[in-house]
Amino acid sequence: MQWDRRDSVPKKETANPRFSRCDSYHCEFFRESIISKVRTQKNQATSKSSARVRNRQAGQVGRRPYLAEKEDGSMREAAQSGRFSIGSAPPRVRGWAQAFLRGSCWAVCLAALLAVASARLNAQTDCLACHGDASMQDASGHSIAVNGKTFAQSIHGSLKCNDCHADIKEYPHPEKLAPVDCKKCHADEAAGLVGSVHADSKEHPCTSCHGNAHTIFPKTDSRSAVYPLNIPRTCGACHSTDGMAKKHGLPSVYPAYMDSIHGFALSKEGLLVAANCQSCHGSHHILSHNNPLSSTYKTNIPKTCGSCHAKINDEYQMGIHGKAVAAGDLKAPVCTDCHTAHAILQPTEASFRMQSTPICGSCHQDKLSTYRDTFHSQLGSLGGYVETARCWDCHGAHDVLPASDPRSPINKANLVQTCGKCHQGANLSFVQYQPHANAHDRKLNPALYFVRLFMNILLIGTLTFFVLHTLLWLIRARYEQIKKKSTNGGKNA
Amino acid sequence: MRDLEQEAAESRRHGGAERFFMRFTREQRYMHAVLFTTFLGLAATGLPIRFSESIWARGLAKAVGGFGAILFFHKFFAVVLTLAFLIHVKEIFTRGILHRETGIFWGSTSMVANWKDAKDLFGHLRWMVGLGPKPKFGRYAYWEKFDYWAVFWGMIVIGFSGYAMWFAPFFAHFLPGWALNAVLVIHSEEGLLAILFIFSIHFVNTHLRPDSFPMDMVVFTGVESEEEFKHKRPLEYERLVRQGKLEARQAEAPQTWLVTFSRVVGTIAIVIGLTLLVLTLTAYFS
Repeated sequence: MQWDRRDSVPKKETANPRFSRCDSYHCEFFRESIISKVRTQKNQATSKSSARVRNRQAGQVGRRPYLAEKEDGSMREAAQSGRFSIGSAPPRVRGWAQAFLRGSCWAVCLAALLAVASARLNAQTDCLACHGDASMQDASGHSIAVNGKTFAQSIHGSLKCNDCHADIKEYPHPEKLAPVDCKKCHADEAAGLVGSVHADSKEHPCTSCHGNAHTIFPKTDSRSAVYPLNIPRTCGACHSTDGMAKKHGLPSVYPAYMDSIHGFALSKEGLLVAANCQSCHGSHHILSHNNPLSSTYKTNIPKTCGSCHAKINDEYQMGIHGKAVAAGDLKAPVCTDCHTAHAILQPTEASFRMQSTPICGSCHQDKLSTYRDTFHSQLGSLGGYVETARCWDCHGAHDVLPASDPRSPINKANLVQTCGKCHQGANLSFVQYQPHANAHDRKLNPALYFVRLFMNILLIGTLTFFVLHTLLWLIRARYEQIKKKSTNGGKNA
Repeated sequence: MRDLEQEAAESRRHGGAERFFMRFTREQRYMHAVLFTTFLGLAATGLPIRFSESIWARGLAKAVGGFGAILFFHKFFAVVLTLAFLIHVKEIFTRGILHRETGIFWGSTSMVANWKDAKDLFGHLRWMVGLGPKPKFGRYAYWEKFDYWAVFWGMIVIGFSGYAMWFAPFFAHFLPGWALNAVLVIHSEEGLLAILFIFSIHFVNTHLRPDSFPMDMVVFTGVESEEEFKHKRPLEYERLVRQGKLEARQAEAPQTWLVTFSRVVGTIAIVIGLTLLVLTLTAYFS
């Protein structure tokens, strides 16, 4: 691959080697690639061109030297030098072309060249002739290469380059081009972005989510950056520990999501319907959760989750929490208060059962403290032992209702059944048990209060007496022991 | 520090082998062994539940076999202790009621408290503060009787409240609703009292006090030396001499392996007990 086009350039014509390379490149290009030829051969495999290169190395000059030219990188240098020139004199004029040029007038030749140029700029192939070089970079070192094959398959594959790069009218084109304006075609999406958290198009260009502009696929295509299974990774590029989120002080939600029940369904099962980022947050018109119009604003969350969990949402709306939220009480819990937003766990999992009671207790503090005194809590808080009753085992989870409501599982009429879920053989007397009894409340639980008082007095009284008794005894016995030892060396006190 | 072997060697040097006398029968020693093993087990599995919010509770729960196992082991030890208790009650019943053995309920060999115990308690307290002579104790001193009855009462109370929780729906047939709440309070408070009492008062009174330090071996070997017998229980010794029954109580010196084995087991039990005591106190006052 070290073949250098310069070898074929006569030295005397090479005032500036860089120029000469460019010239040789373009002159041969214009001479030989009478554009129709280029079009038909545009997708020749690299191996073929490599073969040609090898042939040339063996002394045979190929038909399309510009392809080889690309491989020695001089094209890139030329591009970097920014000194393309068209129409320089051909360095090496072959017989048939010479005859052609001589036989035609210059005007005809120029007209042909103009026609060639305009045709070229209307087709991908022409641009790819340069930009198809995978190593092509601009002056600042950014890749300006386009993979023609992938681009052809992409959602924009049928477009011409200057449909998007609208400021390219002719070749050569200016080195600096205006940014592509996606809005021109995607007006609805652009309108959605206005006012959203990603509204700043400099910080969040379309490509930050949709990926490389030349490899955008439909969202149903698994290669798409916004294919359901790829969305978390796409969003996570910024919204994870080391991403942009950190810079902006946003929580790192990507790892939490990936370990959640939704993340597992998506990554392990490949479940397309599993909730991904945009299922809850939307795609273009993402609003801050502080914005009352946001799908993640507190009062809107039940509806958002309910778009999949419809039945649970119905139950929730019927319960006391759902009614409170609907009435505008922002203190009442919505789905995310108990289940969290991103790190959602399977509710039957030990870790969820462990973490949920304090969540209820963060509002119902008095109930939590009396629950803590019961055997349910004592054994339950020992970690993995999850069988003991947690709040919602008795109160219901989504359709929490006051005990006075006949539908409530803690309504007197339902207690035998509710307790009986765990305590087989529970009867009316059994359900007299108070799961939130307060042994320190004389009015509410007098019997329990006095039992506790008696036991406390017994404990403190017995221990106080015997601690004093034993301390005195110890001192006296030690004194006797020392006294005896000093008198007769006796062993016992 | 007193050592049985040393003591024996010393007495031999003074001329005449040291004599040993039987205090506890083999059955009584086994009963004590079962009692303290199950009690340590119950304490180790019960305390993490009682103080489930403590930092060490989870670690201890893990140590006894995980969170699911802790209640299983607690119940297991409870059943073994219940069986031991029933065997003991049956023995008392057989000896005291069927065979009409008077010493069980009455007299100086009985565990039943009497007027002398009250006098001994006050006499002992007076002696402690230097206001009188040391009382002469019989076969069972007042604090030993208290230990016995504390355990006896404790097993009934803790056992009943424990079974009431275990079989709550069954007990609900004849217990009022509030009693189901009360049994937990009773169980945990009485259990706590038992743990604090055994691991502090009983340990010191019986094993760690200067007379017996580091532990009283008699409950393991069953026998004690004549000197110790005379010193600790002069009234019992005098009674046996008076009744001519002393020779019948004489026993062989404890074998070395038994002494060593008892020391190891006893030390482990005391260390576990004191550890649990420290954990309990830290949890209680934090």
